[in-house]
Amino acid sequence: MKRTVPLVIAAFTGFVLIVSYFIPYAQSWGEEAMIWFDILAAVAFVLGGGNLLKTHLQKISNRRAGWGFSLITISAFLITLGIGLAKMGVHPAEKFPEFAWSGDYLSQSSGFGWIYDFVYLPLAATMFSLLAFFIASAAFRAFRAKNTEAMILLGTAFIVLFGRTHAGIYVSQPVVDWLTAISGAEAGSLAGLRLDRITSTITSVFILAGNRAITIGIALGIVSLSLKVLLGVDRSYLGSEE
Amino acid sequence: MNDSMPTDSDYQTSTETSSANGFDVRNLDRRWIFLVMGFSVAIPMLMGLVFPEEPSQEVLDVFDTVENLEDGSKVLMAYDYDPASKGELEPMAAAFVRHCAEKKHKLYFITLWPAAVPMLQKNIAILNREYPEYTYGEDYVNLGFRPGQEGVIKVIVTDIKKLYANDVDGTDLNELSMTANLKNIQSMDLIINVSAGTPGAKEWVQYAATTYDIKMVAGVTGVGYTPLVPYVPKQLAGILGAIKAAAEYEEAVLLEYPQLRKNPATQEALRKMGPQLVAHMLIIGLIIAGNVIYFTDRKRGVS
Repeated sequence: MKRTVPLVIAAFTGFVLIVSYFIPYAQSWGEEAMIWFDILAAVAFVLGGGNLLKTHLQKISNRRAGWGFSLITISAFLITLGIGLAKMGVHPAEKFPEFAWSGDYLSQSSGFGWIYDFVYLPLAATMFSLLAFFIASAAFRAFRAKNTEAMILLGTAFIVLFGRTHAGIYVSQPVVDWLTAISGAEAGSLAGLRLDRITSTITSVFILAGNRAITIGIALGIVSLSLKVLLGVDRSYLGSEE
Repeated sequence: MNDSMPTDSDYQTSTETSSANGFDVRNLDRRWIFLVMGFSVAIPMLMGLVFPEEPSQEVLDVFDTVENLEDGSKVLMAYDYDPASKGELEPMAAAFVRHCAEKKHKLYFITLWPAAVPMLQKNIAILNREYPEYTYGEDYVNLGFRPGQEGVIKVIVTDIKKLYANDVDGTDLNELSMTANLKNIQSMDLIINVSAGTPGAKEWVQYAATTYDIKMVAGVTGVGYTPLVPYVPKQLAGILGAIKAAAEYEEAVLLEYPQLRKNPATQEALRKMGPQLVAHMLIIGLIIAGNVIYFTDRKRGVS
């Protein structure tokens, strides 16, 4: 029962969506199914919060390795949730001055807005920025022209690294001018040899071809997997049997 | 973190080896590389190093799509990015807002990312600050976030008010002139999506732009760019990829609307190209140095 009911719901909803896509009369069925999906997605936030608390409280309770980080996670979660729900520091909206909680929870004066601007934003940006440092380190330690494939990759990387900055034009424009002069070609006809233009060519020819193949492959895989899910052959999304 | 990454003990061993045998570039402590990378980004930024940018054809395709719309067209501004991608995507998001405002388009802001609501507000603040004639509810509206990821697109593409009865402030959409008669997003003249991942440009293409033949352009991160290339030009009229394309787009907007040049905020991406150039040159230098060491060692028979 625990597995059959979700299986039936998933299969039924899936087939409703397929039918609604191909038969205009059934379009509203699909819309209804999607509304249900959106409501469930909103409820999933509550479930997600509950699961986060359960997992980390268990870790703290069992004093498992890294439990201190779990403590920080739960504290940050509860503090942010409390400040956001209580709308701490929020002034009433101009339209409804008599209601204390009518203001925007993300306004500059609000505690939630403060956490977003001065805690979440710099932390998230810092994590993303660290990539530059690790790429630099990896460039020195790992990027070796050991074989032909690696050399092609290296050559492409150089072209793109140059081509995605003004250095691409600065370095290659004199070469293009010189080639134009010695070959007697029409001015501008060899502009495609500039590094920024070669970068564009790599994107619009090689990357395009490769990605089309990948995209088509993925699409076929999705069709096959979706059919397996709808027909109940693949039940892995329901979790373990326990 | 990857297991193959050097650990603190590796640093120590590396430092010990270096100090025992004198400086050895093979065992260069990676913190020196971090320091040089930090300087290569910080110094050009502090010096305000700016290089000229020439809009490429890919960028001009995006620019022309926005520019060639009739003044006052309806544009859905779907901004799906969070603070992690702010540095890379905010300049192009802002450039789109300014370009649309210059064209007096009607802007409908929306997001599928819960953490992106303040990002919408930051872009709307541009309208409040630089285009005071833009009136809320008449010229722009903030629809905010709804949970459901691509499920949201699938609903609003046929009936927006099933999910959005109110705007972000709780005002009934029927009370706002620009949304009172809005049935769904099929009536949009253009979708502009700035996206840092999923749900993002791919989902907007699959569930809205392609299915209902709505014109769309996108601005994405460097890593998000290549998977979207096959959608151009049919499903997507154009894509801006990363900060370089944002800088070119800013330049294209400034060439068309030179009065904007006196506002330094309109050149945010252009300013970021200085640090990008120096950082790229550093990476090229590091790759060359690493390979010189590798081939020298190989020649000497050192493993």
